[in-house]
Amino acid sequence: MATLEDYVARVEGTCGAEKDVIVVFKYEKKDEAIANIMKRAKMKNSIAGIIFELTFQDLSFRLYTSGKAIFRSIKDREELNRILASLLL
Amino acid sequence: MFEKSREKVAHFINARNSSEAIFVRGTTEAINLVAYSWGLNNLGAGDEVLVSLMEHHSNIVPWEITSKIKGFTIKYANVNSDGTLDYDDFESKFSSKTKIACLSHVSNVTGIINDVKRIAKAAHDYGALMLVDGAQSVPHLKVDVQDLDADFLAFSGHKMLGPTGIGVLYGKKDLLDKMSPFQGGGEMIKEVEFAQESGRCGISWNEPPWKFEAGTPNICGAVGLMEAVKYLEAIGMDDVLSHEKELTNYALERMKECSKVTLHGSSDLSIKCGIIPFSVQGLSSHDVALLCDNYGIMIRSGFHCAQPLHQQVFKLQSSARASFYIYNTTGEIDRFVEVLKEFEQL
Ligand SMILES: Cc1ncc(COP(=O)(O)O)c(C=O)c1O
Repeated sequence: MATLEDYVARVEGTCGAEKDVIVVFKYEKKDEAIANIMKRAKMKNSIAGIIFELTFQDLSFRLYTSGKAIFRSIKDREELNRILASLLL
Repeated sequence: MFEKSREKVAHFINARNSSEAIFVRGTTEAINLVAYSWGLNNLGAGDEVLVSLMEHHSNIVPWEITSKIKGFTIKYANVNSDGTLDYDDFESKFSSKTKIACLSHVSNVTGIINDVKRIAKAAHDYGALMLVDGAQSVPHLKVDVQDLDADFLAFSGHKMLGPTGIGVLYGKKDLLDKMSPFQGGGEMIKEVEFAQESGRCGISWNEPPWKFEAGTPNICGAVGLMEAVKYLEAIGMDDVLSHEKELTNYALERMKECSKVTLHGSSDLSIKCGIIPFSVQGLSSHDVALLCDNYGIMIRSGFHCAQPLHQQVFKLQSSARASFYIYNTTGEIDRFVEVLKEFEQL
């Protein structure tokens, strides 16, 4: 069974008062990760087909075709993992 | 080769003698060396260390740590809302209690060039020392330690086309002679003699700079830094700076075309080199960095290790920062501005 580790290369906390979280997907799995997320999240906006503004369970985030996503207002790592699991697995 | 590298680097900053250049891991270690070797032995309760609110954390944290050990006071000089140093405030904070003033030559957030020569003069008038954080100046403009009359200058190899893990602490010879070692081990000693009577080792220190270079040094790093210096010298530091100023001027003008972009800090090119901090309305700096990254453009986001400047002076949660060096072109700035314009759709 697939796990988050299959898709996520690393999670980076950002420096700054916003405490955004950046999720970097594994290069070889990024297309699959993006496809899964696009199926489950709702598209709010797309820029040139390479940056997507999405919503999922009242949470808005951005997904980049480079294989990264940025989440705002995430409480903790547990909440992030729960959301990523719902989006990816 | 290692000593040749030292000579080259010392000459690059116009040190009187190559023994005034100590190889360290980078600016951070250089400042820590001063805070520990000099600070722990020369500072105490009642003494004051003067820094500015625009400092990189590496010129704040070592002083905050050692002040907890030795009980001295740290005074923070103000920065104006345009990111320039409040010289009057800095100078008014000097007193007979001031033992050292620590100031970045160029801010890593705004690119603003501080008149460190003026502050060094004020420090010396009060019998204090002057430490210059040259992490962002040595790579970008001609730095002459004798002209600045800096007592210490710290800089890093990786910001000037050299490798990571190598940097330099310049210190005036008479100060280095008097200072205690930073770390203990091989190379930094003359003798370690076991005395039967005491059952202990009597140790005598090596001369500077080796007194401060315990253990096997980063020889490859030093040689790499020498080659980087040769490369920069071949271009000429005046040309390095004028290229950066040209790019900065061009970028500042073009970024004005982007309605959602706010530039932070002074745009006065006479006191600025190639760094532009900015925000994009409605986006966090991390969004901006990731958006740029998606187009192959690398900028930095966050506090840039200068949280007090962001929170106390600019009242910002973070900022995005575009920066230029010798390898950048106006064509790249055009691309960058095109991408910024795409953000307007968000
Ligand atoms: C102004 C300034 N000081 C100090 C440092 C710390 O340098 P290093 O991490 O190489 O020790 C930096 C690095 O970004 C800097 O920009």
